[in-house]
Amino acid sequence: MGRKLLLEHIDVPGIETFEVYRQKGGYRSVEKALKSMSPDEVVEEVKKSGLRGRGGAGFPTGMKWSFLAKPEGVPRYLLCNADESEPGTFKDRYLMQYLPHLLIEGMIVSSFALGTNLSYIYIRGEYLFVLEILEKAIAEAYANGFLGKNILGTGYDLDLRVSPGGGAYICGEETALIESLEGKRGNPRIKPPFPAVKGLWGCPTVVNNVESLATVVPIINMGADEYVKIGTEQSRGTKLISACGNLERPGVYEIDLGLSVEEFIYGDDWCRGIKNGKQLKALVPGGSSVPILPTHLITKTANGDTRFMSYESLSDGGFASGSMLGSGGFIAFDEDQCIVRNTWNFTRFYAHESCGQCSPCREGTAWMEKVLWRIENGEGTMEDIALLEDINKKIEGNTICPLGDAAAWPVASAIRHFREEFEWHIKHPQEAMSRNYGLLKGATV
Amino acid sequence: MVKVTIDGVEIEVEEGTTILNAARQVGGDIVPPAMCYYSKLEGSGGKCRTCLVEVAAGSEKDPRPMPKLVASCSTQVQHGMIVKNASSERVKTGRAGVTEFLLANHPLDCPICDQAGECHLQDLGFEHGKEATRYREERRTFDPIDIGDKIKLHMNRCILCYRCVYTANQITDQRVHGVMHRGSHAEISTYIEKAIDNDFSGNVIDVCPVGALTDKTFRFKSRVWFLKPMDAHRDCPTCSGKAVVWMFGNEIYRVTARKDKYGEIETIDGKTAWICNTCRFETKEVDKWNVEGPRLINRHSVISQNHYTLQNPLNNNTKNIQ
Repeated sequence: MGRKLLLEHIDVPGIETFEVYRQKGGYRSVEKALKSMSPDEVVEEVKKSGLRGRGGAGFPTGMKWSFLAKPEGVPRYLLCNADESEPGTFKDRYLMQYLPHLLIEGMIVSSFALGTNLSYIYIRGEYLFVLEILEKAIAEAYANGFLGKNILGTGYDLDLRVSPGGGAYICGEETALIESLEGKRGNPRIKPPFPAVKGLWGCPTVVNNVESLATVVPIINMGADEYVKIGTEQSRGTKLISACGNLERPGVYEIDLGLSVEEFIYGDDWCRGIKNGKQLKALVPGGSSVPILPTHLITKTANGDTRFMSYESLSDGGFASGSMLGSGGFIAFDEDQCIVRNTWNFTRFYAHESCGQCSPCREGTAWMEKVLWRIENGEGTMEDIALLEDINKKIEGNTICPLGDAAAWPVASAIRHFREEFEWHIKHPQEAMSRNYGLLKGATV
Repeated sequence: MVKVTIDGVEIEVEEGTTILNAARQVGGDIVPPAMCYYSKLEGSGGKCRTCLVEVAAGSEKDPRPMPKLVASCSTQVQHGMIVKNASSERVKTGRAGVTEFLLANHPLDCPICDQAGECHLQDLGFEHGKEATRYREERRTFDPIDIGDKIKLHMNRCILCYRCVYTANQITDQRVHGVMHRGSHAEISTYIEKAIDNDFSGNVIDVCPVGALTDKTFRFKSRVWFLKPMDAHRDCPTCSGKAVVWMFGNEIYRVTARKDKYGEIETIDGKTAWICNTCRFETKEVDKWNVEGPRLINRHSVISQNHYTLQNPLNNNTKNIQ
């Protein structure tokens, strides 16, 4: 097993309670930051650590923090985005469910760095049981003086609240999250202004992913200089990967960024290969919205270099032959899986979750879903493939928020790499209706 | 003041002006179409994406082009910005795409739609649409519903511009009008079928760019191009009383607010001239109005131009014929 910074004590019984967590060295970073560092020093440390947002976009967290406007007399807010809803991603749930205090600790340090006195955890509606765990942990933190007035006698006040959403994927978009938190319909706002200037209740706001905030804890504890030694030049530190699909041993893993994809899939410490001794056919490395990779581009890039689990290596080759690390929702498909059906399934999700505010996304995703459903059921025509590509191009980049892009990318990449399979569905309508392409044809290499 | 170039036309505008409003100050072909933006409504815009433009240079300080097309109604100009609207192929493709999306589920019921002739979606389809649809799927349908006793909502025709939602929110004093559901199931609704009971609710008809909200007192009475619009006013205790009466012979068929060439209600004496429901729905007698004279109508519409040509998006000379 590799190094564990976040999940170090995950197996300790009772680690979800304050007592055990504290015994295991929890809340050290709060003491260190609040007692011996200034807020700017904490920001500087996070900047130096090279931490990139773990929610999917990979934007440097320290830089995001330094964009926060700080007008006099206006409150600022830190929001934790726990609306993890990307298909294939469940790392935040795991972290919050078993290590609620780690998130709270990260949030206290981050709130201190940003100078906020009220922070929120916005959690998706389906995670109500996690909400209870978090609320219990927050109550413990209050009781032990790590939240509330005058934390550890340093004069710093912080309140932390958890607010559940109604279960909408779109509320994971930061401005939709803010709208929802304000009690409105979760429609993304038009940017600019960005939340760093005008966010919650019109005040400067930072929205960070659960894992990003939790990672602040080891960064402060070990110091940025030590932290940057882990990972690669552009991808520092460790990352939680939620591996699922046809893997021998799926689950949430903490990896050093820069681990090879091959090692992660086949290594004994990790996923231990494909279930039932089958062949790997395709891989979605970072949650359903990132481009799918065909067999020959999974362990090697288009240039023949080894593919690593890092921001830069997974996106090597751009969208033509690469993908993205995204949120770490690692979905493996074996030789029996049908890419058309899977693409339809992803698109159905995006059509269902589109907020319906802007026309390309509202109409385009629903349209793609219907066309894909037709192809999958043997009612497609060859023109449908060109139509899908065209709809795709007209959605991508033309929408208010990135949901449009997220819906367009999987379809574009599936057609790019598995065109043959789409054509087969159209040419063999009877078989396409009754049987699974993957079972008939095996992996496309 | 900041200097901005739109399709080669240089103009100085006040700081904070949006690209769309800067273009409107010039007028003519460089003005992007707008289906959802409504300058009189706070917060409107950004949704329909028909006003997408290409920014070839962000500003004098940072002349890099913007990677994506931007919504001109919600993007502020910067000093030295270079914008391409009609002169950009990317914009034409993008806008044709948006038009196709808006029309995908829109019924082809113009022949029986009261909005025909003054419909912005008709104009948009005429300029940027295709001859045939590629949408083979069954269209999304809803049953028409009554919003109060004077307004009809045909959700099938709605393009979800949210203008009526903002109007109901900002003009009328209670918020009972909004959007329910999401994605392609989203629909305009008065919450739980509650009618808007307010003196100014009729204005949602005027802001609607399509035939989704229509005036029940005018329903199926006449095609708009057979009517003669006359500026008229009356002494109204509730509103400005300045309206347009649409006449056939000596009869008033309908009353609307006064709208400018972008379909927006005019500003009169510094105020947006919304009209009240009494003027709109209940004052159809000629002797109750002081008719000022024929209104110079902007022939923005395909049908009111009485000018059919072969459909060709590149053929811009069908516009602006006054």
